[in-house]
Amino acid sequence: MQSAVRRDEADGAARRVRRARKRRESVSAALFLGPNLLGFLFFTLFPLVASLVLSFTDWSLIASPHWVGLHNYERLFTTDPEFWQVLKNTLLIVVGYVPLNIVVSVLLAVWLSSMVKMRNLARVLFFVPVMTPAVGVALIFILLYYPRTGIIDWAWLSIFHSQGPDWTNSETWALPAIIIVTMWQNVGYNLLVFSAGLQSIPDQYYEAAALDGAGRFRRFVHVTLPMLSPSIFFGTVLTIITSLQLFDQPYILTEGGPGISSTTMVLYLYQEGWQFNQMGYASSIAWVLFLIIMLVTAGQFLLQRKWVHYES
Amino acid sequence: MSHKRSAAWAHYAAAGISRVLLLFVIAIFLFPLLWMVDTAVKPNIQVFEFPPSLIPWTTMWGNFEEAWNFVPFGRYVVNDIIISTIGTVVVLVTSSMAAFAFSRLRFRGRDSVFLLYVGTLAVPQAVLVIPEFLIMKQIGWVDSYQGVIFPLAFTAFGTFLLRQFFRGLPTELDDAAFIDGCSRWGILVRIIVPLSKPALGVLGLFTFVGYWNNFLWPLIILQSPDMSTVPLGLYQFHGQFAIEFNYQMAGCAISMAPGIILVILLQRYLVDGISIGGFGGR
Repeated sequence: MQSAVRRDEADGAARRVRRARKRRESVSAALFLGPNLLGFLFFTLFPLVASLVLSFTDWSLIASPHWVGLHNYERLFTTDPEFWQVLKNTLLIVVGYVPLNIVVSVLLAVWLSSMVKMRNLARVLFFVPVMTPAVGVALIFILLYYPRTGIIDWAWLSIFHSQGPDWTNSETWALPAIIIVTMWQNVGYNLLVFSAGLQSIPDQYYEAAALDGAGRFRRFVHVTLPMLSPSIFFGTVLTIITSLQLFDQPYILTEGGPGISSTTMVLYLYQEGWQFNQMGYASSIAWVLFLIIMLVTAGQFLLQRKWVHYES
Repeated sequence: MSHKRSAAWAHYAAAGISRVLLLFVIAIFLFPLLWMVDTAVKPNIQVFEFPPSLIPWTTMWGNFEEAWNFVPFGRYVVNDIIISTIGTVVVLVTSSMAAFAFSRLRFRGRDSVFLLYVGTLAVPQAVLVIPEFLIMKQIGWVDSYQGVIFPLAFTAFGTFLLRQFFRGLPTELDDAAFIDGCSRWGILVRIIVPLSKPALGVLGLFTFVGYWNNFLWPLIILQSPDMSTVPLGLYQFHGQFAIEFNYQMAGCAISMAPGIILVILLQRYLVDGISIGGFGGR
């Protein structure tokens, strides 16, 4: 009886200690999390919700906003003469750029991994443009694309014996010009992602495949690609997300032109918002972009079961 | 025997060819950077010479000084250093504290709050800039350093990356320190931070360079030329003097220097860091 009471008291004391510790833990959690959480709520979560709300208004900064329901979205898809072209440009960039980036960086990563002495230096050198401002890169390429005296135009003339296209002033070549610049700047990033992926493939797999008489090509297809598929998946998801948001390159290289032949969604959003003060309308563009990103990403996560190989 | 020897020889030859080919590819790849520096020291009329040539008529290193003082990239560099440094400190300090709370402390709602963070990882910057601009107008931060710094400092990315890394560290060390009377703050500063140098290094690198290179947000929020960051200043100079390519390229070289230096200094963290969090700051 007595011992039971004592045990109860001891339990109670332990519980009190635990509760006090828990309370102290909550207090310190609040202190540690507080600064970041406040900033997160104020500068990320609130703007996120606010932009959705704004997209249902006609706010122009000058007049007070009115609720217009789905009108902005309706206008984008039915009456806006430019939006479909802008959407098409954005998707064309993704379709042209993403496969190019992934294929080149996978092949480059595999090639480099076979060169023990040079690979580290080479990876760093390919990574250098990733860390430089896109504005600077775009200005260099304006110079390289420059009609006649630009190196690219000059190389075109020497190889094809005809005047090169006026890259940034041509409706046909403006998007490829943007893709080339973006490719040059960013290929080193996925190269690094895939190099890290390659490093984690155990040598035994290659040895076993070699013993079975698999040549280089078959080892690449049956060992490297499946083992690298999680990195490829990851790299593809991120590259699509970032390439849907190109702004700096088209803004500097072509200003979205000629006409609107190279205007991307973010550039269009910027123009509507800050050149025409249509903040509500610009917000609806932002949300269409966000929805596309979410849909494409979700679709990739669904499809990954078909081709991404995870070690159990 | 001779068959073996010729196979070995073929192997060496292939390796040699491969190496030469790689050097060639790297040279082509780096050519735009070489051309940038080359153009920066040329007299401007030579930029429009045909056929283009790599050898400057006269090497005008003074162009860099002109760009620094006259354009004035020096001022932009100072602005950008202030913005990028403060921004990086804010991100590193607040997100390692938050990551510590998420990975080491138990409190009600922890997992739901963290899920809220993760849910915003894929939000494009473009979705946030309009309300952020309106908030900045309301609180009078348009055209100020803090107006550039804070809206970019609290994305979920840093907290997410560090939380993943902290979770991978063994908890025995902090338990031992706790028993020895070390405070939670002490555990974070003396145990977790020193063990997390690769993650913090990579986060710091991408944050600093992210601030330094950002164009869209400074374009929106900064108005007076005195406040410009380097990319914004470059763009404005390009708008005013479109054909002064030598100064533009000198400015480009200045704008690229910090990123290039940081990559070289922190290269050993790069591969590790990218495999930790995967994302790498974008």
